Amino acid sequence: MSDTQTPAGTPGAASSDAPSTATAAGNASSAAASSGRSFLPKSTLLRHLLVLVLCAVGAVALLELTEPGTNAQISSVAYYAIAAGGLTLLTGLNGQISLGHGALMAVGAYTTALLLDVDEGEPLPLPLIFLIAVAATALVGALVGVAAARLHGPYLAGATLALAVGVPGLTLYFKETLGGEQGINVRIERAPDWFDEAINAISGENGSQTKWLAYISVACLLLTYFLLANLMRSRMGRTWRAVRDQEVAAELAGISLGAWRILAFVVSAAAAGLAGAVLAIVVRLAAPGSFLPVLSLSLLTAVVIGGLGSLFGALLGSALLVFLPRWASDIGRDSFDIASAQASQAAYVVYGLLLVAVMLFAPAGLVGTVRLALLRRRAARATARAGGR
Amino acid sequence: MAEPPHDRTADGPDRSPTARLEMTGINVAFGGVTALEDVSLTVEPGQVHGLIGPNGAGKTTMFNVACGLVRPDSGRITWRGEELRRLRPAQLSKLGIARTLQGVGLFPGMTVLENVMVGAHRHAKAGFFSALFAIPTADKDEERLRRRALDALAELDAVEYAGRYPGSLPYPVQKRVALARALVADPELLLLDEPASGLSEDEMHELGELIRVLCSRMSVLLVEHHMDLVMRVCDRITVLDSGRQIAVGTPEEIRADPAVTEAYLGDDVDVDADAAELGGRSAAQVPASTQEGPRG
Repeated sequence: MSDTQTPAGTPGAASSDAPSTATAAGNASSAAASSGRSFLPKSTLLRHLLVLVLCAVGAVALLELTEPGTNAQISSVAYYAIAAGGLTLLTGLNGQISLGHGALMAVGAYTTALLLDVDEGEPLPLPLIFLIAVAATALVGALVGVAAARLHGPYLAGATLALAVGVPGLTLYFKETLGGEQGINVRIERAPDWFDEAINAISGENGSQTKWLAYISVACLLLTYFLLANLMRSRMGRTWRAVRDQEVAAELAGISLGAWRILAFVVSAAAAGLAGAVLAIVVRLAAPGSFLPVLSLSLLTAVVIGGLGSLFGALLGSALLVFLPRWASDIGRDSFDIASAQASQAAYVVYGLLLVAVMLFAPAGLVGTVRLALLRRRAARATARAGGR
Repeated sequence: MAEPPHDRTADGPDRSPTARLEMTGINVAFGGVTALEDVSLTVEPGQVHGLIGPNGAGKTTMFNVACGLVRPDSGRITWRGEELRRLRPAQLSKLGIARTLQGVGLFPGMTVLENVMVGAHRHAKAGFFSALFAIPTADKDEERLRRRALDALAELDAVEYAGRYPGSLPYPVQKRVALARALVADPELLLLDEPASGLSEDEMHELGELIRVLCSRMSVLLVEHHMDLVMRVCDRITVLDSGRQIAVGTPEEIRADPAVTEAYLGDDVDVDADAAELGGRSAAQVPASTQEGPRG
């Protein structure tokens, strides 16, 4: 068929070979069309393992080169990023918005705290406790997902916001088991000897408890992102995007919209559960004050700033969430000689301004904007090639 | 569009279609407005069945009933000898029925190749956990789907667009991709909703030839405005007017049927007239007999 004869064909359209901006970062293609990535292994597993190992090496270097205070902040970035990764899958790939992920984190955190809080004998091993926390949160996520699958846009936002508001209230209601306003203190054993020795071998320093927790957090983060990346690059990711883009066409392809929406919610909730579990051991407390609705909003902000649908974007957004206020107040105190109390106030202003700037100048988020620019360039090249033929 | 360059022996023997779709006594009303009144239609195996009628006659409603988007108030749908009750669109693909949409309905956030791979959803085998842990079988399954999708694109002469996003492609190419997405599921019944809209004369001719090729593998139900295309490719034609069935028969019978001529043109005019013009003129000239109702 010749495309030139048709009245409906818009000749100028070829210059914008890119998906809609809002989801640009979420289009990690599950079917790369055979171009210039031959240096990476073809198998998804090997490719992702390679990236995983590189990131792990980078993480060890980062943790060893920074001071303990920063180690603790990296732990915070890790648990925010775990939850944000799940949220970016839900919102970026599947198009469901959730303002209730903070509440799901609370489920993971309280499960962990309760399981670690045994009066006599040893608590279960930590990995098992984390798994139980993930499973419990996934279950709650499934229940929420069933409701969410029937709701759209603002209604879904409202329903999940109700969750974010309601769950901290539950902890006050069940004061006996959940510790009310004070919450539950989380006791965690000292770092094992092999960890001390390993750290000593790497950097010659002592393996402090903060460092041990930071390593656990970062390991959880890497594992979560590895699994989420697998899903996003697979048929699962593609099906979720189909449901997001065109409901009727997806249904006609045999995709049951409800089931896939619920599945996305469950996966996303599982990630939030792990994030909560990590938060509990890092903060050493599971209390309602940690899971206010503003936590849910922060997560969504991180995901949007980074670029919806991109794991790297979620990590970037989470890092900004943790480090930006500190940088801003440091700069305010050192360069402008502002009192530190005022400087920490100013941090919120900077954060707000950044958010506005991203929305104005990079509506697809940081990663999304870069990816869009790359797509445009590729399209322009393709058009030039086609024209030259 | 070239000859289909591949055979499907890789995924199963080339089968001749055996399934019959029967819709009997279909009634649909939207609020007080009757959209379909006691309409029946049978698509025989391996045949191309046309569904035509003036604007607002209920063609698309009939189509939506056939794929579960609209539930009829009464009537039976039988497919492969079994009655389909409470049909839902998501079941269609498993039943071996594929449908294209009147617009193109492509997924804007995915490349052409991925769009078509979604169409092959029912042929996917790898499950959630093999995807989660990126087990090599999931990769193999993806590769299989990718090859399938590329085959379908090749059949429609659209492989070169595999890596592009639909929004950047000319409308006729988008239509071909949408058709490839339906064909990749290897359906036994293909429902085509106005496949020729927006196509040039040449492209329409090629589409007609493609449909004739396809019906060796599947039955086709075709809704279309362009008369000459319908007359050329269909084995049988059902004509609707104002929600009622006014004629059924071979193209020759339909062409000779005065009721059809009247429904379309209001008086005795040659139906063989230029198809594109007919589509435009019929809407303008026959307001009395086409009463579209408040839905417009």
